[in-house]
Amino acid sequence: MSAEQHRVGDQPWVRRSLIGLAVSLTVILLVIPVVVIFTEALSAGWSTFSDNILDEYSLHAIGLTLLVALLTVPLNLVFGTALAWAVTRFRFPGRKLLITLIDIPFAVSPVVAGLLYLLLYGRNGWLGGWLSSHDVQLMFAWPGIVMVTVFVTCPFVARELIPLMQQQGSEEEEAGVVLGASGWRIFSKITLPNIKWALIYGVVLTNARAVGEFGAVSVVSGNVRGQTNTLPLHVELLYQDYNVAGAFAAASLLAAIAILTLIAKAIVEWRQSRIEHPAPKTGGA
Amino acid sequence: MSVSAQAGAAPVRRFAGRSKRVLPGFGLSLGISLFFVSLVLLLPLTGLVVETSGMTWDQFVFTITDPRVIESYKVTLWTALAASLFNGLFGLLLAWVLVRYEFPGKRLIDAVVDLPFALPTAVAGITLATLFAQNGWYGQVLAKAGIEVAFTPLGIVVAMAFTSIPFVVRTVQPVLEELSPADEEAAVSLGASDSRVFRKVIFPSLWPALVTGIALSFTRSLGEFGAIIFIAGNTPYVSEVTSLMIFVRLQEYDYAAASAIASMVLLVSLVLLFAINLWQGRYLRRLEGR
Repeated sequence: MSAEQHRVGDQPWVRRSLIGLAVSLTVILLVIPVVVIFTEALSAGWSTFSDNILDEYSLHAIGLTLLVALLTVPLNLVFGTALAWAVTRFRFPGRKLLITLIDIPFAVSPVVAGLLYLLLYGRNGWLGGWLSSHDVQLMFAWPGIVMVTVFVTCPFVARELIPLMQQQGSEEEEAGVVLGASGWRIFSKITLPNIKWALIYGVVLTNARAVGEFGAVSVVSGNVRGQTNTLPLHVELLYQDYNVAGAFAAASLLAAIAILTLIAKAIVEWRQSRIEHPAPKTGGA
Repeated sequence: MSVSAQAGAAPVRRFAGRSKRVLPGFGLSLGISLFFVSLVLLLPLTGLVVETSGMTWDQFVFTITDPRVIESYKVTLWTALAASLFNGLFGLLLAWVLVRYEFPGKRLIDAVVDLPFALPTAVAGITLATLFAQNGWYGQVLAKAGIEVAFTPLGIVVAMAFTSIPFVVRTVQPVLEELSPADEEAAVSLGASDSRVFRKVIFPSLWPALVTGIALSFTRSLGEFGAIIFIAGNTPYVSEVTSLMIFVRLQEYDYAAASAIASMVLLVSLVLLFAINLWQGRYLRRLEGR
């Protein structure tokens, strides 16, 4: 009897109906929406599409969005790596609390995140009042957009690195110390090769969210066309102007980034599994 | 694989005692982390405290119990609950199918599950609004059945469900993968029916992860904004979510009211965050024998 190795859900009809249901729901909920973004973007033809993308305000929104991502990603890369190093390589009081604290941006509504920054750095805020008397305006300007984006995306790199670094342990790095290697050399020659794929995916995720953040940015931006309008805000503006093709043209750029993110994830998972699988034989001890 | 690696590493680190600070960079990495956490995550909270402390208790209570705001709590809670329960079922189904079966296109399905995390919420919002509009692909079909989604609370459920699809799949999937087939095969060979084995053998090791996934999905849905506002219609007392209420108060330049409502939302999400972390820590420890 045990020879047939039967497991739950192995009967052909159960198998087929579960796969059928899962695949059709996935197509309805996830695949068709992506298709719609591109068909709507191109609904008025290629030339309208390129006109929409090359429009002055669209180009400005693209530029601002790139700037935000360019400033946000390196900041969170440094923070995420430092945090992951601190909490996985050392034990100290408050370590667990620190790990929980960095999840705050995942739990807090983006609108609340934007509001927190607006209250502190806005003209009426206790810090904003002081800044404003020194002619520094952060809110309703691009620095504010960068600040809330940093808030919203700060957990991603750390969240990718912590489980991996915890699992890999620190024996290899300790061996490096014994052999007299400097701290930077240990990090770059031992740690970095082990975590690079997770690090890359953390960066990709940070970038995807930085480029696409809407709620928090919309609170602190002021939505001035050609000034503080990021790509997602531009999508909203065009959509509310009943320029549906234009909104979807801008949206298709963001959707393309999302698809690239998913491809990057697939590649990273494949590469990481190649690092991990030979590990028990070669580097286990 | 991960479990064995951890089991090997943990005792070494635990009994290392003095040698725990052998590695360099403790001061630097902790310094950067604390500086960043204080500046980016904790300092902004003071703005909310200052703003709400400027209100009297009565004003505060009056603001957060305004009938329109109360309706927004109700709408947000039931739609988030509906969305996360839907994702509980859908996520369990997807995780099961992805772990247990081989079929063409499986890797594509697995990859596309993460789409809602990668796709900006505003893009999701206009796309869902277009699909579910009366003349949209889905809206037309549903209209024949007499179901209206766009510009109703049902639209909010759709938007919340979409944006939080990955949570349950990604928490249940690893647990299903690690499940040893031995107990299951034993139960089956003793003649137990499939549904009985699922309920008595498989589900007991699955449900903590399922609950975590649903709770994460619920938390995310409570705060969702971008995807919702395009499809909800945002009718006061009917299809306004609480995060939109905060936004509306801000546009009226009523910062105090926005802060009061936001402090409620913040409180709920922080409590949920700590509860989920506590819960996750507990069952992960049990699972991995740490």
